[in-house]
Amino acid sequence: MELLGFSLPSYGWSTIFGSTISGVFLGSIYALVAVGLTLIYGVLHIINFAHGALLMLAMYAVYFLWNILGIDPYLAMLIVVPGGFAFGYGLQRFIIGKASHGKDEITLLVTLGVAIVIENMALFFFSATERSVRVPYDLDGIDLGVTYAVYPELAALVGSFLITLALWAFMTRTDTGKAIRAVSKERQGAQLVGINVDHIFAVTFGIGVACVAAAASLLVPTYAVHPQIGSLFVLIAFTVVVLGGMGSFVGALVGGFLIGVTEQLGRLYLGESLGVITISVIFIFVLLFRPTGLFGVKAG
Amino acid sequence: MLEITDLHAGYGQMKVLHGISLTIGAGEIVALLGSNGAGKSTLNNNISGIYRPNSGKIKFEGTDITGLRSEAVVDLGIVQVPEGRRVFPNMSIRENLELGSFRRGRARRRENLDRVVEIFPRLQERFDQLAGTLSGGEQQMLAIGRALMSEPRVLILDEPSLGLSPLLVEEMFTLIDHLNKDGLSIFLVEQNVMQSLEIAHRAYVMENGEIVLSGVAEDLLKDPNLKKAYLGL
Repeated sequence: MELLGFSLPSYGWSTIFGSTISGVFLGSIYALVAVGLTLIYGVLHIINFAHGALLMLAMYAVYFLWNILGIDPYLAMLIVVPGGFAFGYGLQRFIIGKASHGKDEITLLVTLGVAIVIENMALFFFSATERSVRVPYDLDGIDLGVTYAVYPELAALVGSFLITLALWAFMTRTDTGKAIRAVSKERQGAQLVGINVDHIFAVTFGIGVACVAAAASLLVPTYAVHPQIGSLFVLIAFTVVVLGGMGSFVGALVGGFLIGVTEQLGRLYLGESLGVITISVIFIFVLLFRPTGLFGVKAG
Repeated sequence: MLEITDLHAGYGQMKVLHGISLTIGAGEIVALLGSNGAGKSTLNNNISGIYRPNSGKIKFEGTDITGLRSEAVVDLGIVQVPEGRRVFPNMSIRENLELGSFRRGRARRRENLDRVVEIFPRLQERFDQLAGTLSGGEQQMLAIGRALMSEPRVLILDEPSLGLSPLLVEEMFTLIDHLNKDGLSIFLVEQNVMQSLEIAHRAYVMENGEIVLSGVAEDLLKDPNLKKAYLGL
């Protein structure tokens, strides 16, 4: 096969299909990290620079729960998700919200500051050593005919879907979910029906961190933990959020899968290091034709 | 019922209200008239707890509520329909109404929903349509409907006739009159002097953050000072 004069390796369909499938698995994790990011952006109108640091922190929590207490990484979700929510709630309510005095540009910088503090504390306390969890079933899986899907990949896909679905139900069915949506577009109107905006901001931030904590549980069985791991995923999650449309749930989900598949196919054809540029290429292409992202609406 | 004494308020260094005193009795329609920039919305938002006044007192049924947070003010049954409606544009009419009972009237949400669509049948026709797609008049109905969902005891209406067609303005004032006849106390903040005075019991005229004229609505209608104060002649 040739592209722009370069000759690309040709693969059989089963290889291409296999790469696509593993892209879907990877994409589901990107989607989950991006959902948290897009939710916080949609409601607080800030880009949470601390998202990656919080992912890393949650991955350490999962790691230590396994290493010290012997808790399975997936089971650890029952601890780190509520823990992540509480941590995020407190962080927004008592640190980020208090420090930023309602000014978006300050909030942005405060989240950046929080990220730097968390990352350096992790470096200090945990060192830069990579630590990994090996679950006994990490190479077991299901034969899909064209490819072999291991349980950690399947868990990532199913977990991300269930969490996104639960979140969607929460946002459309419960009063708190509706209040979050109300605050995202009409803060003063929300105050006038008796919604405590500061509380809703903190709840939103908490949910965003809970998503990251869930993603951490799903990642730890396949990715080694180190203080810089968060930035790797969050850089891609930023791309996913912008690609899907800032503040859009569906956009985060579709964008996550799109980026995951693109990345894996890129790696297949262009090699491990060059393959990653396909993310940027598709990103630029989508924004050329749809400046608001795939599912974004005009701001205002 | 609601009693405001010597209220001073503003935004940071900018002073807007210079000692406002007024009362709203149970079952009354009290109109607050004044031109743009007189400070009417500032007063409303200080009552509703969006902003905190610099000094002065706001009392509700004898209890001091000055500087209370907006949730607590809603809990008491003081509910505002703000200028510009401020409905939730990204949500359906049904969801907007449901959120009206976010704090008050949650237990009777279903009954109140039925009651509101009885008052505004046009809302029911578009129950699952997004509020942002409604016309100005429909949004105004939705904003009032949302406030009614919280079973208000005092309803603050900030320029409900703004931007409506003359026919709808007429309809709006008839509705306000009906709500009042059903026992609701109403604080009607308006620029529409004549129609407001026709349905109000008492009225205050505000200019540059001060009350310059007040009295029984019928008397004010005849008062030569009204024209002078209101038009600034």
